[in-house]
Amino acid sequence: MVKLVYFAWIRERIGKSEEEIELPDDVETIADLIGHLRTRGEEYALALQVPEVVHVAINQEHRQHSDPVSGAREIALFPPMTGG
Amino acid sequence: MPAAPTIRVQAEDFDQQEEINALTAGKCDIGAVVSFTGLCRDEAGTLAALELEHYPGMAEAQMRRIADEACERWPLDGVTVVHRFGKIAPGDNIVLVVTASRHRQAAFDSAAFLMDFMKSKAPFWKREIRKDGSEGAWVDARDTDHDALERWQ
Repeated sequence: MVKLVYFAWIRERIGKSEEEIELPDDVETIADLIGHLRTRGEEYALALQVPEVVHVAINQEHRQHSDPVSGAREIALFPPMTGG
Repeated sequence: MPAAPTIRVQAEDFDQQEEINALTAGKCDIGAVVSFTGLCRDEAGTLAALELEHYPGMAEAQMRRIADEACERWPLDGVTVVHRFGKIAPGDNIVLVVTASRHRQAAFDSAAFLMDFMKSKAPFWKREIRKDGSEGAWVDARDTDHDALERWQ
């Protein structure tokens, strides 16, 4: 099981701030994960319809879409950051 | 040896002068202190507040990574980074960066570096709360913020 956490408008569109899911064996990279999540329902498809703007952190560190998800305890998905 | 950066994520306001004093107290070898304060801005007169969401845990960790990198790039004697979350009214403080060094160029450059990375790499998101009570939009990231990172490559 891996904990997924969502922020800002991705959280709002999915309709929850976090959940635990079992990753299918064929989900090897972050890009695979985003593709998998988009099949989980309309709200996920809407939230993740433009994968290029989805930023991902694994265990609270920024990662690229080509990076593997193995070893992840917590995966965060969020839109471009607007701090400062 | 520079002091470890001071990193805080908090709902409450901060006092720029207090933070500068804390950074320089008891030290006589600092020749330059640069501070940047980012404020909540309302150009159209329609904003009641900004609501700042953050990723607890990662926000602090990411700010520390950015501050540590600044300490590697420049000879700094102190760094303080404070970022607020929650509802912030126009005119109120959002973010503070203070850098201290022997000489001004390192203090100026590292403060600019810290702010550029805080804007695009620290996990905070701003949403508008309008005066008329309507649901405001999430603030869009600007391409210029992302482009600003490239000068530090």
